[in-house]
Amino acid sequence: MLTIARSLLDQVIAHARADHPDEACGVIAGPAGSDRPERVIPMTNAERSPTFYRFDSMEQLRVWREMDDRGEEPVVIYHSHTATPAYPSRTDVSYAMEPGAHYLLVSTRDPGRAEVRSFRIADGAVTEEDVVVSDGEGGGRPAARAALR
Amino acid sequence: MAIEVRIPTILRTFTGGAKSVEGSGGTLDELIADLDSRYAGIRDRLVDGSGLRRFVNVYLNDEDVRFLGGLEAPVRDGDTVTVLPAVAGGSR
Repeated sequence: MLTIARSLLDQVIAHARADHPDEACGVIAGPAGSDRPERVIPMTNAERSPTFYRFDSMEQLRVWREMDDRGEEPVVIYHSHTATPAYPSRTDVSYAMEPGAHYLLVSTRDPGRAEVRSFRIADGAVTEEDVVVSDGEGGGRPAARAALR
Repeated sequence: MAIEVRIPTILRTFTGGAKSVEGSGGTLDELIADLDSRYAGIRDRLVDGSGLRRFVNVYLNDEDVRFLGGLEAPVRDGDTVTVLPAVAGGSR
């Protein structure tokens, strides 16, 4: 299960909409070991493509070092699909290298409604998980819970 | 002094869980061979027939080694080499 503050999810969806029709990508950092996403870091899609994404390598080094210095880790790795459902493709699965992360997918194919789903991807296996949206900032107590599927 | 190599989570199974290991060599290729002599199998995760694997980022200090000659990039004691798996995917 991924528990995420609505404000963070809104930032991710806004990023995905802004980059549409190209795929948007980024991470949500949180304290190492907490499983709590707290800080959205939009990343440059070096491919600038509607069907592919790859973090810019130099930006990734800088952001990974910054997370290390702050005692954070990439709790969530997100990207958008702009014409297909929010489900990991074969490409997504073959390149997934963070078995501890939540892979959050946003589909922007419907301009009126963002489809958001979350997965674990490890050893080539995809497991969908519930997304619980909390109204608080960061790890605040969830005031209202809604399972998004 | 040696060359410090920072290992990503996914490759720490080769280093007994260590986040950082030390190695030696005059080029990145030699450094990776040296690591492989102690952490058998790690070379295969970094290098394929044509050079560095496409979806592995290797940095020498603050630079992507792809801009420094790839496997032929010269390295020396005191350098830090950082390995990060590329974060990539696509809808197809």
